[in-house]
Amino acid sequence: MSLGRRLRWVRANLAACLGLVLLAGVLGLATLGPVLHRGDPWERVGRRFETPGGRFALGTDHQGRDVLAGIVVGARTSLLVGVAAAAIILVIGVTVGAVAGYHGGRLDEVLMRVTEFFQILPAFLFAMVLVAIFSPRIAVIVLAIGVSNWAGTARLVRAEFLSLRERDYVVAARALGVGDARIIRREILPNALPPVIVNGSLTVGVAILFETGLSFLGLADPNVMSWGYMIGSSRIYLRDAWWPVTFPGLAIAGSVIGLSLFGDWLNDVLNPRLKERRQTA
Amino acid sequence: MGLGSFVGRRALGACLLVLGAIVLNFLLIHLAPGDPALMLAGEAGGTSEEALRKIRADFGLDQPLAVQLLVYMGRLARADLGFSYFYNRPVLALIADRVPQTLLLALTALTVAWVVGVGFGVLVARKPASLGGNALAVVSLLGYAMPVFWTAIMLLLLFAVKLPWFPTHGMVTVGGTGGTLAQALDVGHHLVLPAVSLSIIFVALYSRLTRASMLEALASDFIRTARSKGVPESRVLLKHALRNALLPVVTVAGIQLGQVLAGTILVETVFSWPGMGRLAYESILRRDYPLLLGILLFSSVAVVVFNLVTDVFYGVLDPRIRHR
Repeated sequence: MSLGRRLRWVRANLAACLGLVLLAGVLGLATLGPVLHRGDPWERVGRRFETPGGRFALGTDHQGRDVLAGIVVGARTSLLVGVAAAAIILVIGVTVGAVAGYHGGRLDEVLMRVTEFFQILPAFLFAMVLVAIFSPRIAVIVLAIGVSNWAGTARLVRAEFLSLRERDYVVAARALGVGDARIIRREILPNALPPVIVNGSLTVGVAILFETGLSFLGLADPNVMSWGYMIGSSRIYLRDAWWPVTFPGLAIAGSVIGLSLFGDWLNDVLNPRLKERRQTA
Repeated sequence: MGLGSFVGRRALGACLLVLGAIVLNFLLIHLAPGDPALMLAGEAGGTSEEALRKIRADFGLDQPLAVQLLVYMGRLARADLGFSYFYNRPVLALIADRVPQTLLLALTALTVAWVVGVGFGVLVARKPASLGGNALAVVSLLGYAMPVFWTAIMLLLLFAVKLPWFPTHGMVTVGGTGGTLAQALDVGHHLVLPAVSLSIIFVALYSRLTRASMLEALASDFIRTARSKGVPESRVLLKHALRNALLPVVTVAGIQLGQVLAGTILVETVFSWPGMGRLAYESILRRDYPLLLGILLFSSVAVVVFNLVTDVFYGVLDPRIRHR
């Protein structure tokens, strides 16, 4: 590809490029960050409220802790919680949606009632209650986010299965005597996956927003630094220092924007036909 | 399906959901690690042996689980959502005190979001691939990606701390005097920043929806007819297209209640707005579990009832919905 064509491609896919850059930035922060910027985010390393751009690039907070060190370690926390919670959402959602959509009938009705219940339950409040009751540990936070957010994915997977289960190749497999579990795994699931994968990248963003909201409210693992905790613990010192609150928020917004644009791009790649529909809609 | 049986089916479904919420709350009390009596007392207070004995007797904690569930449901039937030992008041009374403030905040935010979102959506729908269209894409992305509590803090920083235009917290000025009008203005002054923070997510949502459904309406035959009749463009947009485009926007407004609730918890915490969301935050700080669980149950039931009402409302408005 010549340089001119490359530049044109970049301009046409500006959003996708921005998304990839942001996502790469967060991934880089989480993996290379701790190597490039050593430092314990809990340790007092300077005076309180040192301004950004001085000895510390992003300043220090009310306890003299390095904000940049918090951002670096927080990236790992956010990504870890986001991906782990999205994995749980996928496992529950795909299982419930696949079984309901494939079997139909009574089982479908019962499973959809349960799904409707979890869809109506105020998800964030439910996650708050779970974390508060079972104590704020990182595993509990991940599980709470997963358990309170799978309903949408289950509906999506069910709809895919409903439309795919009567396709010729599925009917053929059934006529050959292939078992249900195998048909679900080998025949239908691979074809139902593209929208689920796209949904998954948005789910990681939602999970990150949930985690930051919870830790902002004080429902953070006391041993794990997170962006939400940084904002929550610094906000009462807003008059003295804007930076310990502002930078973690930018990091959160950047990650979620990156994931969202990445999801759009993935959608265009995986479902080229949908691209036109999305642009006219 | 007749209207009667449609309403009946929906009401039955709603009852099942409420029952589910009750059972879930009951399970949470018992799944929590430790003694359920301690859980029901909350860490805040009432941990004296006498209080625990009373709780065990009241909830029948020495009985089999099934009996306990019945006892629990019996208490709920008498509108007893539990007792907060921290406040030394019934949970339901505490919630009832806070609901009006939350409603004021949420309804203001939703109204603002609706007016701005629909207006923006109509403007952008006139020229889809314009600067406005790109601006909408950026705004809706930001509205979705910025954590609502952070947006709230940033607004607070700009418009209450750096520029002292609005108060930083609370709903009324402490020790404020004056007539009813002055007090209402005072509340309105305190309301601006929380309502704007909360509305941002929904502005993005509503404008995107309006744009999509306006484009669909503008592509239909009756619009072409109106235009060829020589109806002025502004009238085509507002009278013909918008009226048909609004229904899906209204429908979605009903489904977002859970999201509104999450938003109010975070925004009320930032601005110390004395509503139910702030109460939920305080109950977490104090590990006041009966209050926290009461808020969860109350909100779940509120969402179910609200959805039932909107469902029935649309069933009356649009008979086609009854057959889905």
